[in-house]
Amino acid sequence: MKFKLNIWRQKDAKSKGYFQRYDIDNISPDCSFLEMLDILNESLVDKFEHPVCFDNDCREGICGMCGLYINGQAHGPDSGVTTCQLHMRRFTDGQTITIEPWRAKPFPIIKDLVVDRSAFDKIIQEGGYISVTTGGVVDGNSIPISKEKADKAMDAASCIGCGACVAACKNASAMLFVSAKVSQFSLLPQGKIEAKTRVQKMVSKMNELGFGGCTNTYACQAECPKSISRENIARLNREFIIAKTTSEELF
Amino acid sequence: MNILDSKIPEGQLEEKWTKYKASQKLVNPANKRKLDIIVVGTGLAGASAAASLGALGFKVKVFCISDSPRRAHSIAAQGGINAAKNYQNDGDSVGRLFYDTIKGGDYRAREANVYRLAEVSNNIIDQCVAQGVPFARDYAGMLDNRSFGGTQVSRTFYAKGQTGQQLLLGAYSALSKQIKDGNVELFERREMMDLVIVNQRARGIITRNLTNGELESWSANAVILATGGYGNVYFLSTNAMNSNGAAAVKCYHKGALFANPCYVQIHPTCIPVHGNYQSKLTLMSESLRNDGRIWVPKDREVAQKIREGVLKAKDVKEEDRDYYLERRYPAFGNLVPRDIASRAAKERCDAGFGVGKTGFAVFLDFKEAIQRLGKHKVEERYGNLFQMYEKIVDENPYETPMMIYPAVHYTMGGLWVDYELQTTIKGLFALGEANFSDHGANRLGASALMQGLADGYFVIPYTIQNYLSDQIYDDAKVSNQSIEFKEAIEGVREKIEKLMSINGSQSVDTLQRKLGNIMWEYVGMGRNKEGLQKAIVMLKDLKEEFWKDVRITDNSITMNQELEKAIRLADHIELAQIIALDALQREESCGGHFREEHTTNDGEAKRDDENYMYVAAWQYNGDNIEPIMHKENLDYQFIKVQQRNYK
Repeated sequence: MKFKLNIWRQKDAKSKGYFQRYDIDNISPDCSFLEMLDILNESLVDKFEHPVCFDNDCREGICGMCGLYINGQAHGPDSGVTTCQLHMRRFTDGQTITIEPWRAKPFPIIKDLVVDRSAFDKIIQEGGYISVTTGGVVDGNSIPISKEKADKAMDAASCIGCGACVAACKNASAMLFVSAKVSQFSLLPQGKIEAKTRVQKMVSKMNELGFGGCTNTYACQAECPKSISRENIARLNREFIIAKTTSEELF
Repeated sequence: MNILDSKIPEGQLEEKWTKYKASQKLVNPANKRKLDIIVVGTGLAGASAAASLGALGFKVKVFCISDSPRRAHSIAAQGGINAAKNYQNDGDSVGRLFYDTIKGGDYRAREANVYRLAEVSNNIIDQCVAQGVPFARDYAGMLDNRSFGGTQVSRTFYAKGQTGQQLLLGAYSALSKQIKDGNVELFERREMMDLVIVNQRARGIITRNLTNGELESWSANAVILATGGYGNVYFLSTNAMNSNGAAAVKCYHKGALFANPCYVQIHPTCIPVHGNYQSKLTLMSESLRNDGRIWVPKDREVAQKIREGVLKAKDVKEEDRDYYLERRYPAFGNLVPRDIASRAAKERCDAGFGVGKTGFAVFLDFKEAIQRLGKHKVEERYGNLFQMYEKIVDENPYETPMMIYPAVHYTMGGLWVDYELQTTIKGLFALGEANFSDHGANRLGASALMQGLADGYFVIPYTIQNYLSDQIYDDAKVSNQSIEFKEAIEGVREKIEKLMSINGSQSVDTLQRKLGNIMWEYVGMGRNKEGLQKAIVMLKDLKEEFWKDVRITDNSITMNQELEKAIRLADHIELAQIIALDALQREESCGGHFREEHTTNDGEAKRDDENYMYVAAWQYNGDNIEPIMHKENLDYQFIKVQQRNYK
């Protein structure tokens, strides 16, 4: 297969970026999207040019490191996959493919297609945990959890923190990301104790870091490689309202 | 005197760890605040260690190669984590987990370490539940279990097919809290470039900031290395692209001994190689072997027709299928340990029964499971794995059997550590896959997560204090401006400049592929003397070729992923050399190390306990000089050493 690639090149955070056109040929349909970029980079090194920087690590869709905006879609045209799981068979021969980094103010560009997502870590540091330290905990089976709740918590917890939800959102909102973490803990008995402070702190940090508000377009759910449900956003809103309107002593 | 003092406490096996904890030295809370600890790596071992030490009050700096600690490759572990809870009432116990692990490791691990691992395994589950890890539950709300290779009990706890992810996110959340509380400082996108030794003690590290190429020096009272394994020496492996053994090699160059490098685990259930452009291999969890049945056609001609695409798997009748694991190992069947399953697959494919376009694949079939359990139940257990398979291979595993083949997955070898997880360099500790201690010559499934978290949560917080207790005096303080740090940073700078100036004709990937081919061909699943000797010569040539002919474009004071790969490759070639040397000296077959000369009459691995029941620890002896091998004899006092039999 052959493709025309339009790739965003940007030397560093301060430089102005631009689209560069590359032609690539002899690509197997079984080749993954990132392997296609590997092949491109090898050809650039061959020509003494600078290879395109892009983040990637596990290449099996679980670490959340990769993330490219491909033809206007976060992680490209396939559904329920990360960029590394996207294969060239999803494109047509000769197609033009435009590749951009995540576009969102809270994710500044570092170089080419690499962005800084440390804002997500900062939100988690605000309260995305249960405050236990090591040791001195009870036996695992002394906290029974219904299968249904445990499964739902697991679904929420499967978020990989890739940032596709933010990139897909016209407001660059991080609601799906934050709500997934809030939901995981609010569904579990262990998480109830800090539920009220957790949701307030995480939401206020999200706002402070420049993520936008949610206007319920659900583009985040549509583009999420792990199909995290928007139901979590509803749960976050509910948790937030309860936290704001009730005092700690009552509940 | 032997330089390898394993410091195993006296007494009965069951008492050792308790006695150690009761008699070790501790650091008082006021002094903890004065002590700096560097943790390199944020996988299960690194994140859990940093979080636990931060909570104790030490000043911790943690370094992460990715943009966030949550990306570490522990996240990719699918199947589960072992613990001796015996919730299933099926006869499990600490003793049995200990025994299975020692036996699974083909009697090449240290008894005392493994027993401690089994002992703390139950605490790990409790800790993770308290953190909110959403383990699978049954309808009564109790924790659910599944079984894994090499065991006859169900002791594996799991969170769908994403157990590693959930455990890592648990450790990451604990770490995040400590960062928020100011006990831990996080430095992301940093790669360790060197270890700094002052007065024969590990006192700090040099890092490269991967976003701008800046070299930085950091001093501390102790350094913990939790940088994972070195499977990427083989180029194609299930490891993540950034996983590498370079940090361990730096420590090796500075005097830390490297133990059992030849113990490399080849995992039986990976998606087969499909093209020369391929960058990595994807693992399909071992848990699939609970319900999937492995087979190839009985007839070579049928296999040939499948390879050509004339026949499909479903066209092969039941009686024409060879369920070779069930045939050869009736007691354990499809759940034999990984090394045995991998070799059996290789044997069938080499004999001409392989399937897939290349002939290097076997079937993993769920037809029987779907009939027995229903599609819904199979989906519930393995849904995400099936989806992953379908996205990569473009075939629906609910309808056609999966195709799998072995691939490099985990490295049991690593930095030599004593009972306290301290390397042969004072003040340098190694945890998780980066050390060698618990898995012997082969690791059982669901034990890596257990070991990483055991080391980080429950071992190092104790043992490091025994070292740090005499580091509270002022003369133990070292500035990162000292001459040793300046020299180290200069050394790194020179090496990078040299790499950038070569300007040869081959890309890093080209050379890396060459390294991988040598290793897979001669130091892979089946090894022999002639091949290993050949590999050693080829590796020497490759090293020269690399330093003469590598080409890196762009510059070193910016994000430069080619340069990152080149720095790692330079160290991986060195590591490959000691893997081959170690494999050559070990004239026996054990666990992941299979020497074709040493087999029983029916083709099984043949150990030589009389001559090789030792840990081989390699000491660096200078550039292009053969390293020195030291032996730590394994003394089995509590377990009866037997031939490993899964029939």
